[in-house]
Amino acid sequence: MMEKFTTLTGIAAPMPLVNIDTDMIIPKQFLKTIHRSGLGKNLFDEMRYNPDGSENPDFVLNKPAYRDAQIIVAGDNFGCGSSREHAPWALKDFGIRAVISTSFADIFYNNCFQNGILPVALPQDAVDALMRDAENGANARLTIDLENQVVIGADGTEYPFQIDPHRRHNLLNGLDDIGLTLEKAASISSYEQQAAQSRPWV
Amino acid sequence: MTGTTHTTGPRTLYDKIFDAHVVERQPDGTCLLYIDRHLVHEVTSPQAFEGLRMAGRKVHSPERTIAVPDHNVPTTPDRVNGIENPEGRLQVAELDKNARDFGVNYYPMNDIRQGIVHIVGPEQGWTLPGMTVVCGDSHTATHGAFGALAHGIGTSEVEHVLATQTLIQKKSRNMKVEITGKLRPGVTAKDITLSIIGHTGTAGGTGYVIEYCGEAIRDLSMEGRMTVCNMAIEGGARAGLIAPDDTTFTYVKGRPHAPKGAAWEAAVAWWRTLKSDDDARWDKVVTIRAEDIAPVVTWGTSPEDVLPITAAVPAPEDFTGGKVGAARRSLDYMGLTPGTPLSDIAIDAVFIGSCTNGRIEDLRAAAEILRGRHLAAGVRGMVVPGSGLVRLQAEEEGLDKIFTDAGFEWRLAGCSMCLGMNPDQLAPGERCAATSNRNFEGRMGRGGRTHLMSPIMAAAAGVAGHLVDVREMMAQPV
Repeated sequence: MMEKFTTLTGIAAPMPLVNIDTDMIIPKQFLKTIHRSGLGKNLFDEMRYNPDGSENPDFVLNKPAYRDAQIIVAGDNFGCGSSREHAPWALKDFGIRAVISTSFADIFYNNCFQNGILPVALPQDAVDALMRDAENGANARLTIDLENQVVIGADGTEYPFQIDPHRRHNLLNGLDDIGLTLEKAASISSYEQQAAQSRPWV
Repeated sequence: MTGTTHTTGPRTLYDKIFDAHVVERQPDGTCLLYIDRHLVHEVTSPQAFEGLRMAGRKVHSPERTIAVPDHNVPTTPDRVNGIENPEGRLQVAELDKNARDFGVNYYPMNDIRQGIVHIVGPEQGWTLPGMTVVCGDSHTATHGAFGALAHGIGTSEVEHVLATQTLIQKKSRNMKVEITGKLRPGVTAKDITLSIIGHTGTAGGTGYVIEYCGEAIRDLSMEGRMTVCNMAIEGGARAGLIAPDDTTFTYVKGRPHAPKGAAWEAAVAWWRTLKSDDDARWDKVVTIRAEDIAPVVTWGTSPEDVLPITAAVPAPEDFTGGKVGAARRSLDYMGLTPGTPLSDIAIDAVFIGSCTNGRIEDLRAAAEILRGRHLAAGVRGMVVPGSGLVRLQAEEEGLDKIFTDAGFEWRLAGCSMCLGMNPDQLAPGERCAATSNRNFEGRMGRGGRTHLMSPIMAAAAGVAGHLVDVREMMAQPV
């Protein structure tokens, strides 16, 4: 069962860099695991830690104000690159439940919904305003209300967002796709019989 | 054709393949899409198989599922003795076990047919026109070269496909990228695909499936088409497609899992219908003249950081918006100064391989540059064939001898340095001319610096000891 996402109020970490890729989110040396859990300590590993393993105090998630961040406000095209679901696994394990950006890479976007993480795409001016809020750390908590499809800034400004109804429903109810699809076994079997006639070589 | 509902009116190639695979369509447009081929590798599958076990589920269609270890495997000859790294060894052992327990098609590490999953699929004839192909790997886009709808998925979706042979999908929008005219000498499929990303940006294709067309695309071999489609994901697209034609059918015919006899004839008859209607509607169109494409290299840490080799390193101020800061960070990471001619950038290493450029034609092209030449002093080079069969073919043609005479290491098949999950990595600060697909920070090893380019450009850079315009070398007798 997936963790539900309804309403989240929390600290948002500002990461204004554009094109934050999945190699940055979780470098390849941490993909050797055969489990989903435990990746949070290596989230953003190469930015977060110095080569000697000590923390880089300048990295946003190492700053006292952002250690408990549950939201990231990021530059354009967040999550580009590899299909590794280890990226949302690492975010989730760290405690991040939502990412706000102007745009997301396709596979990363899909992967978030499989893990109870909400990616929120908003226009540039809204992301700019929320980035300014995020820079105020714990003094400026953001609220993300999935039921009403709105992000509420620190000053109460509301930023409505769009989301696919199917994904919204699953996230609100913590539903897992596989169980739902297996209920459609008859349709799948009927498709297979048709395809065996029309494309027998497949 | 199968499929309960479909798009009305003129359709694109993408529309046609999508429609033919719809099992169910919800009123909101969410579709259950049937998956013809599911490719699996060791890194993104263990959690999916674990999920099946925990739920007591089987693999729905083991005969449509093909597994091969590639990301973790060492490429040195001693791998026949096993993998030294305990975590990598465990992941490959898990794949061995999962393939056996669930009865899927499998090419183990020391099978001659093993290789990078996106090279093995086409080589074995698993990938056919008009299919839906998925894999827990973003470079699944490669298979689009056959006119198959192919894209990467995450591990949860891998589990979904294993359990149901379907994927929940919404239709993407249609984008046409047309490359008109003919390529100039020294310009390759890699230069086409990098130039497109340089033009559209890494998010330019987000939300779209791209169909590549035009004379320069039609003129490409299947190997070249795979190189172009492979990097569709680097442009943000869900998938890249090229309509199948006689070049495709000739490549596919006779492969181990391609249809035979009457089935072949029936398949080709359908495959010939797989093209966009003349009056199909496109949501976005990009047109580039092949004559305007030069041999290119990347200078930064995003695949969109593309420039012709004749250009100079840009300055952050040359950009706008968030890209100013990103460019500053890239230049710092890459250790480059604005204004430096790209051809003055000295390199330490050359990597020829990957699912982008690890096919036989890539090796032939690189060998052609290297014949009678040698790596510059202090430059290390590695050639990693994309599969055991590519390696064998290259050896039959004597290419291995050309590479080793030129000072390159001749390796076994795998993903190798492209993502450095195995022992093949760059050291911090080391600079590499690479035929792979990503120049991200740390991609080829922490602190490693990657310049993406074609196999002939990488080979030429190795000989010169710095990035160089391969056309100069092509003009000089050895």
